[in-house]
Amino acid sequence: MKHKWRRFQQSYVWYSFKRDPVAVASFSVLFFLIVIALLAPVIAPYNPYDMSVIDIMDAELPPSWMEEGSRDFIFGTDIQGRDLLSTMLYGMRLSVFIGCGAVLLQAFIGIVIGLISGYAGGKTDAILMRIADVQLSFSTLMVAIVISAIFQVAFGVGQYEQMAVPLLIIIIGVAEWPQYARTVRASVLGEKKKEYVEAARVIGLSPGRIMVGHILPNAISPVLVISTIQVANAVMSEAALSFMGLGMPVTKPSLGSLINSGFEYIFSGSWWITLFPGVLLVVFVLVINLLGDWLRDVMNPKLYKG
Amino acid sequence: MFAFVVRRIAQAVFVMLVIGLIGFSIKQQIGDPVRDIVGVSVSVAEREALREQLGLNDPFLVQYGRFLKNALHGDLGHSFFFKKPCLDVILAKAPATIELVLVSSLMIVILSIPVGMYAAIYPRRWLSRIIMGMSIVGVSIPVFLTAILLIYLFSIQLNWLPSYGRGETVALWGWNSGFFTLDGLKHLILPSVALSSIMLPLFIRLIRSEMMEVLETEYVKFAWAKGLHRWRIWLLHAFKNTLLPVITVGGVQLGILIAFTILTETVFQWQGMGFMFLEAVERSDTSLLVAYIVFVGALFVVVNTVVDVIYGLVNPTVRITGRS
Repeated sequence: MKHKWRRFQQSYVWYSFKRDPVAVASFSVLFFLIVIALLAPVIAPYNPYDMSVIDIMDAELPPSWMEEGSRDFIFGTDIQGRDLLSTMLYGMRLSVFIGCGAVLLQAFIGIVIGLISGYAGGKTDAILMRIADVQLSFSTLMVAIVISAIFQVAFGVGQYEQMAVPLLIIIIGVAEWPQYARTVRASVLGEKKKEYVEAARVIGLSPGRIMVGHILPNAISPVLVISTIQVANAVMSEAALSFMGLGMPVTKPSLGSLINSGFEYIFSGSWWITLFPGVLLVVFVLVINLLGDWLRDVMNPKLYKG
Repeated sequence: MFAFVVRRIAQAVFVMLVIGLIGFSIKQQIGDPVRDIVGVSVSVAEREALREQLGLNDPFLVQYGRFLKNALHGDLGHSFFFKKPCLDVILAKAPATIELVLVSSLMIVILSIPVGMYAAIYPRRWLSRIIMGMSIVGVSIPVFLTAILLIYLFSIQLNWLPSYGRGETVALWGWNSGFFTLDGLKHLILPSVALSSIMLPLFIRLIRSEMMEVLETEYVKFAWAKGLHRWRIWLLHAFKNTLLPVITVGGVQLGILIAFTILTETVFQWQGMGFMFLEAVERSDTSLLVAYIVFVGALFVVVNTVVDVIYGLVNPTVRITGRS
């Protein structure tokens, strides 16, 4: 462990990380946000899920520094009288959880399909990659919207909202796997020709074992690189779906549904319900994007364009 | 080339069949046409008779075949809520969405090309750094948030622009256009700015990175060595080759733009297809939902096929690698 840590300290990644103030700053912000999101039940002043502490008379209070603001609620309250700061913290926790879950799922599907496609080649490869192309051409957000709309109509709104978290993970996971499949396939194609794979085949290992045990560890680094950006994408997708009413319900708000509930009241001047969760969401996605850009430059400058 | 086009079209037809199959299975699983037609007081026996009459007891594939035949004749079913054929409802809403997409893509093209080129030609200037910094911030702001902030700033605080709806429209051969009235144009500004805000940074970054790569190539260096005028090199030599990848990505981005119209239209209560789609979901109007999926799916497939064929015309290597 100690040895590994020392090797990491001498690595190029650590060296360029230290020298890049943007990377350091965005990593610190991301770390801070994730910590406060995970610790939400401990540090949040109120529990937004506890109906007994919510008073509807407190609804739509402005932030504490404004004239009508109350000192009990730093960022004001939302339309149901929940403390906005606490609700945001809990909301971000949900967003992070859904985002990471969805990325794990899409990485799993994508890696399996990418490995098979790259290793098998031929017809299997052609069919799988055509499917990925076609799905990508419909854009991941569109696919996610359509799947969630179908689910919502199929299950009914009430049941959908109860199962919203696992459903959202599945929806976003299924919608975005082609990115991983393509990346994994590309690096598998590069590895497949190498001698160690031939050697493994000569000693008679099964294709499954060669794929998972031998090729995958060497093909994994681009996967890690795109994972950062994919988390940002997943969080954005979740926010977009929740905003359209196809995601988290208002009773268990994520950042997106919080923005949505605030939007209905923006015409009456309650801007804070929309703005604060919005800023939090943007900062969260922005630091992940900045980190992802940096990581992409360091790990593999020729990975993909855009 | 001919073989390439044929193969591409065959693939498009196959994708449409799959989309039709998905749409049809949704209808089978969720929608109940009998419930849509009859009231509560109709007896079970009568329902069963109606079922038989409508052919709902036929095998799955027979019904699917009928669904495809009807779809080819432009019959995508009846909307439960609007009491009209779904295709009529969609076609009535389509102009609003198309106008929105048109204005946004125009804004994206007009702005992203010069800005992206500038950032590629002078990557070290402070203005380029600001552009790139802004673009990554722009990518990180969700389109609905941009839309809300625009409404808050320009409609509520400054009261300059209207916040929702399409305003006054003029009917031109059945096409309700907002292009010809001042009110309609005013209503177009905020939604199209919001819609283009998500794609503009992506295009700027794409054009910049492609152009920077092209500027490094040998033939551009040779053009410099020949002493050609810099504008000639930038526009005729470098930019022309930047366009190739931009066209392919552009086709895909159109799909993303249509997905984002759903978001933009919700915020601005824009009476287009996206708004209609979400309303259909809320009302469990399965026929309309399926019709939207099939319609938009067809739109995507046509656009992607056309883009691919154009790309095949411009870049012969695509045709050859596809053959393998």
